[in-house]
Amino acid sequence: MPSPVLDVRALSVQFQTSEGPLRVLRDVTFDVAPGETFGLAGESGSGKTTLGYTIVGALAPAARITGGEIRFDGRDLLTETEDQLRRIRGRRIAMVYQDPRSALNPTMRIGAQIAEVLEIHERPPAGAAMRRAHELLELVNIADPVAVARRYSHQLSGGMQQRAVIAMALAAGPSLLILDEPTTGLDVTTQARILELVADLKRRVGAAILYISHDLAVIAQVADRVGVLYAGELVEVASTPDLFREPVHPYTRGLLDALPQLDGVHGLTPIDGRIPKLTALPPGCVFAPRCRFVEPACTAATPPLARVASGRQVRCVRWQTVIATPRRPMAEAIAPPAAGRDAPLLAFEHVSKHFGGAGVVGQWCGMGAPPVRAVDDVSLDVRADEIVALVGESGCGKSTLGRLAVRLLRPTAGRVRFAAQKPTDAQIVFQHPDSSLNPMKRVGASLVRPLVLRGVSRPERGRRVRELLQAVRLDPDDAARRPAALSGGEKQRVAIARALAMAPTFVVLDEPVSALDVSTQASIIRLLAELRRTLGASYLMISHDLSLVRHVATRIGVMYLGRLVEIGAAAEVFRAPSHPYTRALLSAVPRPDPAAPGRPIRLEGTVPSAQHPPAGCRFHTRCLQKIGRVCEEVEPPWERASATHWIACHIPIVELSKNREGNAS
Amino acid sequence: MWRSPTLAAGGTILVVVIAMGLAAPWIAPYPATEQHMLDRLKPPGGRFVLGTDQYGRDLLSRTLAGARPALALGLGAVALGLTLGVPIGLAAGYVGGRFDDLVMRVVDAMLAFPALLLALLIITALGASTVHALLAIGIANAPGIARIVRSASLALREAEFVLAARVRGERHFYVMFGEIFPNVLGPVIVEATLRVGFAIMAGASLSFLGLGVQPPTADWGLMIREARQYVFLSPWPLLVPGTALAVTIVAFNLFGDGLRDRVGAA
Repeated sequence: MPSPVLDVRALSVQFQTSEGPLRVLRDVTFDVAPGETFGLAGESGSGKTTLGYTIVGALAPAARITGGEIRFDGRDLLTETEDQLRRIRGRRIAMVYQDPRSALNPTMRIGAQIAEVLEIHERPPAGAAMRRAHELLELVNIADPVAVARRYSHQLSGGMQQRAVIAMALAAGPSLLILDEPTTGLDVTTQARILELVADLKRRVGAAILYISHDLAVIAQVADRVGVLYAGELVEVASTPDLFREPVHPYTRGLLDALPQLDGVHGLTPIDGRIPKLTALPPGCVFAPRCRFVEPACTAATPPLARVASGRQVRCVRWQTVIATPRRPMAEAIAPPAAGRDAPLLAFEHVSKHFGGAGVVGQWCGMGAPPVRAVDDVSLDVRADEIVALVGESGCGKSTLGRLAVRLLRPTAGRVRFAAQKPTDAQIVFQHPDSSLNPMKRVGASLVRPLVLRGVSRPERGRRVRELLQAVRLDPDDAARRPAALSGGEKQRVAIARALAMAPTFVVLDEPVSALDVSTQASIIRLLAELRRTLGASYLMISHDLSLVRHVATRIGVMYLGRLVEIGAAAEVFRAPSHPYTRALLSAVPRPDPAAPGRPIRLEGTVPSAQHPPAGCRFHTRCLQKIGRVCEEVEPPWERASATHWIACHIPIVELSKNREGNAS
Repeated sequence: MWRSPTLAAGGTILVVVIAMGLAAPWIAPYPATEQHMLDRLKPPGGRFVLGTDQYGRDLLSRTLAGARPALALGLGAVALGLTLGVPIGLAAGYVGGRFDDLVMRVVDAMLAFPALLLALLIITALGASTVHALLAIGIANAPGIARIVRSASLALREAEFVLAARVRGERHFYVMFGEIFPNVLGPVIVEATLRVGFAIMAGASLSFLGLGVQPPTADWGLMIREARQYVFLSPWPLLVPGTALAVTIVAFNLFGDGLRDRVGAA
């Protein structure tokens, strides 16, 4: 085995805070060989980003390295002088961060930014730097490098921006490339292409890659070996096939069981408890308080890294028992409600919502931009007692539709009918835990307000607030806490309780778990499913996560660029016949299984502007199954695949049914 | 508070100034308007710690008494400015769209107009008095406050807790004052503190021009106005109230700047 490019040994990092030292990383040991991709997985608070920063030497001033060494090409980076470090960083080690927008200089053209990196490190002859920049852009699969090099970052889509950042990182020919959540915030189809690029880079440039992500499914696609980080400790290291086939550490098992699988059956098993506060670490094993294999030996001392097999290590004293125990029989699948009752509770009737654009006068004078067609002529029913999910990539209009349903927006055309006594019987739960609660109000105050509106008597209110908190599995005493003192999952529970307080019959869930960690995600989704049963309400769930939706929805609608392109019972949408866009979307979903078959269908180009949507079928500019002029000129008709399954496409259903490969069963 | 020297210094001076103003009748050696015709324009020392003015009135006593109209006018005018500016700013930020455009253009027009000139116009129309000066300065402060509140609430307009309040059918009045207002309070308090200093200054300017507090009330602006003619005979009647005015305004500014750093506002 070649000597590792990066060799981290017993690394510990502390943050000095007013509440005492925070031991963010403790005794972390791993290495990355040349040409190898090492995946570092961890939830929020695991210390994974701090680890990346420590390696590139960009730690905050409050951080202190309290032990260990970071060997890069055999030299300990922690003992090098500032001057030597500067030469290593940037040239030999490059880092790509999550948000490409903040990594690119908005005032410089892309080509010039890449050329600048080359000039700093190599001082090439005039003109050579720009030629090299074009080559680098080509290396990251940018089809027209010369044109892209001339653009500014805001003229590129998110996926293109991230490629440009990767090109910049590769400019100096690094031997170690650190990617910190490079696809978080990108759409699945874009993510699939970036992951493909990362996998190819390994072959093309031979650099070692450290890939940091919270998403195990993504890591399964790109990594050769995986390290799992929990509350600052590396709890398991294994090759990717081993880790996903037979996870040894109870935490790794928990994480994998929490991931929703595309089959709609496996996954979504929550891990009990929550990640410990770094100010109050439990004695012994950090995972012990949440572990079902716990015994007295676990809390006596921090377990050492035990060697399970060659290249497989686990920080667990009971790993032999864990291995002998079959994986936890997965928690009962969330049974989505069967077909709802016949009468539609909420009906979108040819609803359109256009934003902005020049007014009547402006258009008459021929000035101004056309409006953004966020939602265009969508008809959809949500019946009583069912969960309808809307999926699609960012900008497809799914959130706009959700806001139309709860009257936050008024349709530009068409109408939204709601068959309930009061308009406030429709409620909504939003995506961002940090913005969903008023930061100035205590939890109790946030929950009392809806009760006041409903005319609940004063003495009754306190009791109802306690009941609401219990219903979302929070402590009734949490009423006195402020949102800043709650975790993301707890905030989301309060937001759910606040919506419940209105006793709604219809709830819009706008990406209710996408800002949460996997283990929290599972418990919130289960809570929502259970509450729906007790309330007898209907949900309209908006999500970009197809695997998640597969578990909870009765029916699924797929949207693209303001249009509904397919609607059907959950199982129907996941198998042929499907709309070509649905197919591409499904194939792009990363699976926590390195052996998952098939490469994703590559969608060319980017989503067109909603100001100038293509004529005919809106998907025709990217469709791989386009049949000809008819797609460009004629709006696709709704084809009937079954009584509940409809597809808007020109291709006959019989043809669409042949597309079996690439779809999940 | 003690971790920030600016905040601590400003706060301490303010407490002293306010305490002295409140306690003036009891701690002043002489009544503020009592004349000692034999001891006119005395330098500091002897019976009169800080000297006397052209009528033989004790400067220390008058300066202590002068803190009251200054503080009352500064705080009162800003309170009036808040009463007018906060609802306007909240409404503009929350309603948005054309209403916001219209309100903000009016605010821009008012901001483009020099505040003192605006105050002068109002007083010319209403007549010179302390109450009218307060009214004038208060109105002149309203547009600036409205602008601050508007930009802070604009950012919260699409916050999810605000949307949730609308979905559950809250009245617009509640959404503005119950949900948005508590979250813009930080920047508003900072802005108001800084503005008290300016309002005191404006009040003193109006008194100096003879358009505010009327003689023989003890008031710093008025004292400076009267002392101006005798400055070559004795600088003390000008220096003493001038220093009091400067110290008070600096204290409000220090306190406001310190608060701004703490609140992390604009």
